[in-house]
Amino acid sequence: MSTNRHTVSALVEDRPGVLNRVSSLFRRRGFNIESLAVGTTEEPGISRMTIVVEGPPSIADQVQKQLDKLIDVVTVETLNEDESVVRELALIKVACRPDQRREILDVVDIFRGSVVDVSTTTVIIQLTAAADTLNALIENLRPYGIREMVRTGRIALARGPRTTATHQHETEEERRFHQEIGRLPEGELPFSSK
Amino acid sequence: MVMMSGADILLESLKRLGVDTIFGYPGGAVLPLYDRFPAHPEIHHVLVRHEQAAGHAADGYARASGRLGVALATSGPGATNLVTAITNAQMDSVPTLFITGNVIRALIGRDGFQEADITGITMPTVKHNYLVMQAQDIARTIAEAAYLATTGRKGAVHVDIPKDVFIEQAEFEWPEHVSVRGYRIPGKADAESVREAAAIINAAERPVIFAGHGIIQADAAEELRRFAERGGIPILNTLLGLGGIPQDHALSYGMMGMHGSYWANHTASAADVIIALGMRMDDRAMGRFADMNPTAKIVHVDIDPAEHGKNLFTLCPVVGDVKHVLPQLTDAIEKRSHVEWIRWIDTLRSEHRHSMMVPPGNELTTQFAVSKIAEFAGHEAIFTTGVGQHQMWAAQFMDISRPRQFITSGGLGTMGFEVPAAMGAQAACRDRQVWTICGDGGFQMTFQEIATMVDERLPVKMAIMNNGFLGMVRQWQELFHNDNYVSVAMSQPDFVKIAEAYGIRGIRVSDQSQVEDAIREAAADPGPVILDFQVTTEENVWPMVPSGAALKETIEGPQRVTR
Repeated sequence: MSTNRHTVSALVEDRPGVLNRVSSLFRRRGFNIESLAVGTTEEPGISRMTIVVEGPPSIADQVQKQLDKLIDVVTVETLNEDESVVRELALIKVACRPDQRREILDVVDIFRGSVVDVSTTTVIIQLTAAADTLNALIENLRPYGIREMVRTGRIALARGPRTTATHQHETEEERRFHQEIGRLPEGELPFSSK
Repeated sequence: MVMMSGADILLESLKRLGVDTIFGYPGGAVLPLYDRFPAHPEIHHVLVRHEQAAGHAADGYARASGRLGVALATSGPGATNLVTAITNAQMDSVPTLFITGNVIRALIGRDGFQEADITGITMPTVKHNYLVMQAQDIARTIAEAAYLATTGRKGAVHVDIPKDVFIEQAEFEWPEHVSVRGYRIPGKADAESVREAAAIINAAERPVIFAGHGIIQADAAEELRRFAERGGIPILNTLLGLGGIPQDHALSYGMMGMHGSYWANHTASAADVIIALGMRMDDRAMGRFADMNPTAKIVHVDIDPAEHGKNLFTLCPVVGDVKHVLPQLTDAIEKRSHVEWIRWIDTLRSEHRHSMMVPPGNELTTQFAVSKIAEFAGHEAIFTTGVGQHQMWAAQFMDISRPRQFITSGGLGTMGFEVPAAMGAQAACRDRQVWTICGDGGFQMTFQEIATMVDERLPVKMAIMNNGFLGMVRQWQELFHNDNYVSVAMSQPDFVKIAEAYGIRGIRVSDQSQVEDAIREAAADPGPVILDFQVTTEENVWPMVPSGAALKETIEGPQRVTR
């Protein structure tokens, strides 16, 4: 994968509007989204967004920091491709006469994909793989005629025991504020200056 | 268990936060809320004449006092009228809370009467926003909103509440603890970045400080002074950073940027180390990024890590609150005086001071008028401005030396900000003299608020720099568009008669000799006053860094600029 592509993984609050906040940020700052996938996580109320961004490394840094500024984004990290598992799923409907099935199945087998639907004129092929493997399969199927296709966009996790943590330590400032708001004498703004 | 209506919960919550003033305008969707104001006399509602002004007043209130500014509007047009003010406050990181009503929940998304998707509209221009769908969520939301607005990098937070949520009954439960898991408040910097920054600063031969709005926002003027004095480091201010250091301090060299001084811009360009403090490397302050002193090492202290490297490469980013980081740095750096470097800047200043002087002669210029106002009103007064030539002259000539003395729209550059912002500043600081320096263009955008100031007995002195032009636009048309004046000459109403119509004093000033008496007379008047300064019409602001030029290309006086 080219070095101009950055896979950003963000844990976000599962709230209305959060996708809008993220996409609006990308539009406004002129960041180029190549792929975006959203789904639930092991933690209720938290979704994971995997966003693939194109641009120089300085862009990746800005994307991460700007995302982090969104209140609904809990944590965000840029994944190193070499130390992550990156996958994408595609469903590809290919034109296929009964006499071509064997031939197409051979191609699918090479890529370790599977056929999940058959009709007299088409098959649907499913493949989960890295993006370039998907691209290679698609190129091989193109001569038969691709009728329609859908890809999920990339999802990724860091290899090994490391996780994207949602819990961080409270800073001193936050602790001070949290202590003050509970015991607030009525009518006194705890966090304003004199 | 205390049950109350959503409206009461909202007002109760605001009282818990210490809010005592709200600038607002009623309408259908907020009727149930207004219905409850009389039951909460601790909160004073200021009835403005346009919602945009409510927003700017909240902004001015917050900038003058450092406290949370609050504005309120109804759904639809009321809410959309707030958008400029919300964006303005967010761009300049001003702690503000904007509350809007919306149509009843069942009508949301059905294009009902006075419905606007206001949370959708404000989403890209706020620090955060909320649509509250149940009365039981109001208290927590307001606590959270105030927490976000007033901590970290401060900003505008917007809360939208459907009409029937104000009516719904729920338990009032003020949260014991507000915690937002996706939100961090930087405080002290980590020791490693402080060490790194100190090493760079200690090795510097020609260091300079760029002091921004963060110094004011964090109340860190004292910390800035100590740091600069220990390191012997000259200080330049951004427009919004003015007031962070007194102008007469030995290390203070004034404003940099598009209309900064020749010596400030050349100091910025000749430094070997730049210490940027609470500022965001804005293009108006920095000039052409690529040629903004590309060889200098940049140490950038900011509470918002996203500002590091956004516009300029930062060798040493330091994340933290300048209030905490400056003492850390002061402890870590060596005592220096940089005698030669400072002598070089001083020489430059004495050679180029002429381009920052009030023009000689007896014509009535804006420069003359604003410097006289500053001389009379002093550092304890508050000055607000609009946007354009008068704003730049105010920044250059009003001797801004105290934090929160100068309130101006920096990032968004909002004409019409001046009058309502002054109204808010005066509401926050009743014992201070508040002067608003207005352009004749900007004044006509929002002067309807004179009525509010009369009602509220807010004795703001409005000094209109009346040159009959949209001066800055005219200046650019003269310099960059071959004198092709298009839509910049403006006819004016009789401003003195406008004053009379509102029942306040109006004073026309057309000659230098009348200036001092007029200022004295205005200040002595117990109410708001309009001063119509009929100033020279085709004056240009100098020095100037032409749009797209580098700071070191500062032009000091009249000459044709080709670009």
